[in-house]
Amino acid sequence: MRVVLAEDLFLLRQGLIQLLEAYDFEVVAAVDNGRDLSAALAEHRPDIAIVDVRLPPTFTTEGLQAALQARRDMPGLPILVLSQNVEQMYARELLADGTGGIGYLLKDSVFDNDQFIDAVSRVAAGGTAMDPAVVARLMVSHARDEPLGALTARERHVLELMAEGCSNMAIAQRLSVSEGAAAKHISNIFAKLMLPQDSDSNRRVLAVLAYLNA
Amino acid sequence: MTDALGAWRARVRRAGGDTAVGAAIAAGAMAALALFLVTAYFVTLFVIGIGAVALPVVTKGVRRLCNLNRRAAGRVGVPVAVPYRPQPREFEKDIVGWMRRRQWILTDPATWRDLLWLLLDTAVGTVGLLPAAVLCYALEGFVVGAGLWRPLLDANGTGWWYCFITVDSRPSALLALAAASGLLLAWPWTGRPALKAHAYFTRFLLGPTENTVLASRVRHLAETRTTALDTQAAELRRIERDLHDGAQARLVSLGFTLGAVERNMDRKPEEARRLLREARESSVLALRELRDLVRGIHPPVLAERGLADAVRALGIDSPLQVAVETDVPGGLPAPVESAMYFSVSELLTNALKHSGADRVEIELRHGQDVLYARVADDGRGGADAGRGTGLHGIRRRLAAFDGTLDISSPVGGPTVTKMEIPCALSSPKTSSS
Ligand SMILES: Nc1ncnc2c1ncn2[C@@H]1O[C@H](COP(=O)(O)OP(=O)(O)OP(=O)(O)O)[C@@H](O)[C@H]1O
Ligand SMILES: [Mg+2]
Repeated sequence: MRVVLAEDLFLLRQGLIQLLEAYDFEVVAAVDNGRDLSAALAEHRPDIAIVDVRLPPTFTTEGLQAALQARRDMPGLPILVLSQNVEQMYARELLADGTGGIGYLLKDSVFDNDQFIDAVSRVAAGGTAMDPAVVARLMVSHARDEPLGALTARERHVLELMAEGCSNMAIAQRLSVSEGAAAKHISNIFAKLMLPQDSDSNRRVLAVLAYLNA
Repeated sequence: MTDALGAWRARVRRAGGDTAVGAAIAAGAMAALALFLVTAYFVTLFVIGIGAVALPVVTKGVRRLCNLNRRAAGRVGVPVAVPYRPQPREFEKDIVGWMRRRQWILTDPATWRDLLWLLLDTAVGTVGLLPAAVLCYALEGFVVGAGLWRPLLDANGTGWWYCFITVDSRPSALLALAAASGLLLAWPWTGRPALKAHAYFTRFLLGPTENTVLASRVRHLAETRTTALDTQAAELRRIERDLHDGAQARLVSLGFTLGAVERNMDRKPEEARRLLREARESSVLALRELRDLVRGIHPPVLAERGLADAVRALGIDSPLQVAVETDVPGGLPAPVESAMYFSVSELLTNALKHSGADRVEIELRHGQDVLYARVADDGRGGADAGRGTGLHGIRRRLAAFDGTLDISSPVGGPTVTKMEIPCALSSPKTSSS
């Protein structure tokens, strides 16, 4: 799988390249600023772009902007955004087009190699990967909503995992329950939130994110 | 018709008020003469020591009278600011403090202008009597014209002289009545001009001079600069403490753990693995603490997107329903943006903690070199800066930029808070949204 990487911290960039290559990803370009990122994306059309929000020369949201623009030019281009801190506002902007293939993770998540690689693969396959911190903030901003209040503690946990982008199987594993039990929770949640049931797990995740982002 | 009647009633009521105030001013003018003499006496005697004892008491009386006249001027639309130098917080109990109190009084130019005003007001103050005099004269005309002229004529042998009329017969009595009516009708219009004239005179001498305005401005700036520096120092101390107890401590323990890993690597690989996991968790915690710290110093969205988006992000992050409307250009000074951001953030937190509101409206605008923000919730109201540190902190934060905080929060709600910071754009570039 071909990856374009944009990260301005040299050590982190090298570390990511090593990590990705150890897991058989091919890093076709590794850049350290917004302009080079746009060029590399247009040239290589990778299977996934891994992008730092803040890049030179302005050190504002250069990376995020370049990624969003690239996605407009190449619809469906999977993008995994890394950042030192997460903002609900940016999560919104990333998820705005309602299609999958979006990830937004704290840089710390790289520390857990397996989970990080899992997230990269998921996003590349059109799924989503939201940092637990993003999801926690989404949940807080809906803390006063009626339907969310009606969920049991277990269901809330399942909802959080879904929002992070976990599949039924991943949820079942994390909660150490059977896949059937997880599916049961999920359909309960959808009923309580009055969301249409859907058999496709990516679409389900997007529905949950859209709900929480509203 | 009732409108016209109402207007008349209001006019008469106002004229009544003016007449009373005018009479009081005139009475004050009498007191002014006495006060002037007493003060002049004590100031003269100050040199030989006797007057010095009474000086503060006398000055207190003078200033009270002057302040009453300033208030009277404000009542007729000529506001006069109080120009006295603020009293030093405390005078020493000994002779030095005793002398410093006298010095504070005698070196204040306003003291001497007060004195001059007292002297002149003994004459000028009598204009205050004009409306009362007109009213009384009109009453005299009515009483004489209505019949008193007859016994007066009998007693004096000549007619009573009223308003260029010698009242000695029925027709001349009617004439006097007409003149009195005319005066009575004119009476409501005499109060304002008289009081206004006196007010301008008062402002000329009792208002702050350009010098005192500048001096008080310098004083204000010195004060706000001191609080700004204090706040800044406190903020730095907090950051230092947070770093010391947080990230720094975690990095120390991280170093320890890694040392232990090194020792255990060959002999107890299981133990080493456990320690490595611990080290990783420790680094995640350190990062989280640094993140929170940065958020409190200069939030990333503010740095990355500017004030408008940062405030919008506050709205998105809040569990309340927040409607944000912004119209601010880029190029605002960063410290001003930051002050406004944290102020709005505190108000939003307050709305969440105390108001019980569901909806909050935030408006953010820049125009005529003023950055303006309005935060309104539909909650229960009763915000009181005296009960916490948050609102007080906002006031201090804004004061450093000559900004103001205005809270309207009646019990029962709603709470509407307005903030203003004067600030020019540093560059003409605009990216309004
Ligand atoms: N929006 C509001 N609606 C109703 N009451 C309010 C509102 N904002 C403030 N108050 C009242 O005014 C008081 C003072 O608020 P302030 O922000 O100064 O302190 P605080 O929020 O209690 O504490 P902190 O120092 O943590 O901010 C609060 O204790 C609360 O009772
Ligand atoms: Mg508060």
